Amino acid sequence: MAFPFSAIVGQDEMKRALLISAVDPRIGGVMVFGDRGTGKSTAARALSALLPPMVAIAGCRYNCAPDEADRCPDQCGARKTAKVPVPFVDLPLGATEDRVLGALDLERALGRGEKAFEPGLLARAHRGYLYIDEINLLEDHLVDLLLDVAQSGENLVEREGLSVRHPAKFVLIGSGNPEEGELRPQLLDRFGLSVEVKTPQDIEQRIEIMRRCDAQERDAAAFAADWAEADAKIVKRIAKGKKALPKVAMPDETLQDAASLCIAVGADGLRGELTLMRAARAYAALEGAKSAERKHLRAIAPMALRHRLRRDVLDETGSTARIDRALTELFG
Amino acid sequence: MTDTLMAARLLAAAPGRLGGIWLRGAGPEREAALALLMAAFEGRAVRRVPVHIDEERLCGGLDVAASLAAGHRIEQTGLLQEAAGGLLVVPMAERLPALVAGRIAQAMDAGAGFALVLLDDGGEDEMPPVALTERVAFWCEGVNARNDTEAENLRLSRAKSRDLIGTGGARSLDALGTNGAGEVVASLANLSLALGVDSARALLFAQTATRLHAQWHSRDATDEDLAFAARTVLGPRATRIPQQADDAQPPPPEAEDEPPPGDAESEQEQHDPDALDDLILAAALASIPRDVLARIGEGRSARRASGAGGAGRKRASQLRGRPLGSRPGLPRGGARLALIDTLRAAVPWQEIRRQQEAADAPKRLRIRKGDLRIRRFEERAEALTIFAVDASGSSALARLAEAKGAVELMLAQSYVKRAQVALIAFRGTGAELLLPPTRSLTRAKKVLGELPGGGGTPLALGLAAASELAETQAARGRTPFVALLTDGKGNIDRQGQPGRAQAGADALAAARRFAAAGTQGVVIDISARPQPEAAAIAAAMRARYLALPRADARGVEQAVSALQFGKTA
Repeated sequence: MAFPFSAIVGQDEMKRALLISAVDPRIGGVMVFGDRGTGKSTAARALSALLPPMVAIAGCRYNCAPDEADRCPDQCGARKTAKVPVPFVDLPLGATEDRVLGALDLERALGRGEKAFEPGLLARAHRGYLYIDEINLLEDHLVDLLLDVAQSGENLVEREGLSVRHPAKFVLIGSGNPEEGELRPQLLDRFGLSVEVKTPQDIEQRIEIMRRCDAQERDAAAFAADWAEADAKIVKRIAKGKKALPKVAMPDETLQDAASLCIAVGADGLRGELTLMRAARAYAALEGAKSAERKHLRAIAPMALRHRLRRDVLDETGSTARIDRALTELFG
Repeated sequence: MTDTLMAARLLAAAPGRLGGIWLRGAGPEREAALALLMAAFEGRAVRRVPVHIDEERLCGGLDVAASLAAGHRIEQTGLLQEAAGGLLVVPMAERLPALVAGRIAQAMDAGAGFALVLLDDGGEDEMPPVALTERVAFWCEGVNARNDTEAENLRLSRAKSRDLIGTGGARSLDALGTNGAGEVVASLANLSLALGVDSARALLFAQTATRLHAQWHSRDATDEDLAFAARTVLGPRATRIPQQADDAQPPPPEAEDEPPPGDAESEQEQHDPDALDDLILAAALASIPRDVLARIGEGRSARRASGAGGAGRKRASQLRGRPLGSRPGLPRGGARLALIDTLRAAVPWQEIRRQQEAADAPKRLRIRKGDLRIRRFEERAEALTIFAVDASGSSALARLAEAKGAVELMLAQSYVKRAQVALIAFRGTGAELLLPPTRSLTRAKKVLGELPGGGGTPLALGLAAASELAETQAARGRTPFVALLTDGKGNIDRQGQPGRAQAGADALAAARRFAAAGTQGVVIDISARPQPEAAAIAAAMRARYLALPRADARGVEQAVSALQFGKTA
């Protein structure tokens, strides 16, 4: 049983990033930097468990939604629909390309001489979350591949004489500790948001963590019931935000702010501006605002830009501090 | 009853909540703890994980050979499923590949319900993968050096072990009361802050351990129970030593939000009245292993896995790289089946195999285990640059600063070259591995922040340390390259004794051993007036010699890159 999302102590930035990605999955994945035992996977798991079940074709290996069933490699369209939980796939360290992408079904190929495709983890994660712990230890070509699929929303397999195309839209959540090996900047840039998590350095919060975990371990059902109301509020907020998202206005001033901020901190490429814009809009929607204002931009700027700054070997200032400085200089 | 045995006993009572135990070092105490656990888990699954287990055996899956023989799908159960509800013992855990560790960790997160026992025979530089040590509650010593007779008494028979477990195994955790919970929790939170233990998992483990320990003695949690958790759970994980009131050292950077625990009065003002008991803190401090203590003292973080137990290590070249054709073998452990080659191998035999079978055998391709071919790829070994830096004498600071700059510059582009960097500094009477091989710039910056310099020049020791590191890394599939920054004038010999003549002879001997191992290297002299000694060392090492008077970090980095990778950066 997953830990209730609303019962997670602290970690406000991570929770905010996850909610923003739930409102607008197009923002791209969330990269979580932090040491072990800081509740990264707990939060990601909690969010996927929180979301209301989705409608999918019953028994489809690709989690097809009814309206996309015509594109399903299994031609699942004629079958009945069912409500299934939002998938949360935990990608194991050392997973092979075959497991991730899908591969020739060996059993059927060798036993019966049929050419059939066995879907991989990407198919299972469709419409849900793909969580990769210690993404910095994953082989580079796999990370490349995952980010590619995450961005295009489609998995195209052309290998071993197979040609399969299936939708794979998921929110990628990567986590890692930069002290144990870094991710290439090109890859980092392709994550929409990034957050830094630390266990709270505050005694009250630590006590609260222990209290809540203890309560959950004693009686998970009762604990879940205690938090059900708070969780339901969050679900409502997400649903409202999703609905409002297309209607949230994006004033020129906010766009100008985004552009000048990117120039000020020296973020490479256009992805910075685009993510700033989308994240500000999603955050505004989440907050129930009619248009994305400077305050929304400010709130999401660190997580949208932190991982895109050009790294200066000789500059000791952290990325977050540089963004904060630029924010203060520009907007006071 | 020692802590290690007590920990093993509590683990047997609540394996699901405590995860497991990490036993450091081989000794009678470890044997006793193992015997106790074996007795406690009698009747339940007990499995050992060999270090080189493959993924299929660990996690289960399709048994290719058996499936082919039978003509239908045959699954094999994995070790992790088999161990459910039982005991999973990992001998030589320090050699466990990150891949296997990752799988075990994932199973634990999913609630596999086994107790993990990590047996660690590693020295100071090797430790089990952090993914696993993080998920076990107890970090205990397997060697009990304090009292030999006590250790002798611990050679327990099975029957005696069972007596020791008593009824603990049968007690369920639900029976635990909430008595005194508030104070316990506050004390633990305080202690974890003071010791710089940031993982919430450790915090929860400590909480459970305290409770169980109290329950074992059928009492409400007391200081003694807290002290037990401090010694076995929090203390060994410490990343900083709490400031004592009379300590002259400058406070650590986190000082603002960290309670100064030695100072009981200000402590009490800030937090809970009796939050952090000196007794408990003392227990925690006493339990910090000596090597961790030494590192914290030097301002470095607690020991970390070098390469996370092989995360960056070269894996079987069946996974990536330039295709090299196929060879017979089973598609397991990540190797991929070369389908066409397998079929090609099977085709000539079809008629013969059909004749061997009954007349009414189904029409299908007859593939035998021996036909299977797997793909091979050529993989280029990862490069490793080892900087061995002479940090002695007056020029130490400049040389170190340039070496540090070069390390950072190399790391800044290491993702392009897939290279790792390590740094050894030698001065005074010894050589020290300041930066174990890493690709992480963040880590390098942290470690190299303050480099000590000055003292004599133990050139022979520095060279020996570099050779040793190069050889162990070469054995792990990396291609090491040693850049020795020195003026070649050693004055401390192999034994750590001063004496220029003996030191010179020892240095040359070390250089010849370096040459014999066949490691590639370069000697760089950045002093203003290069002298012939460094050139002599280089000649003995069969390495290039570069005199780069007044070279800066960039110059050193370019020279090393040019020699190592064969091009100018």
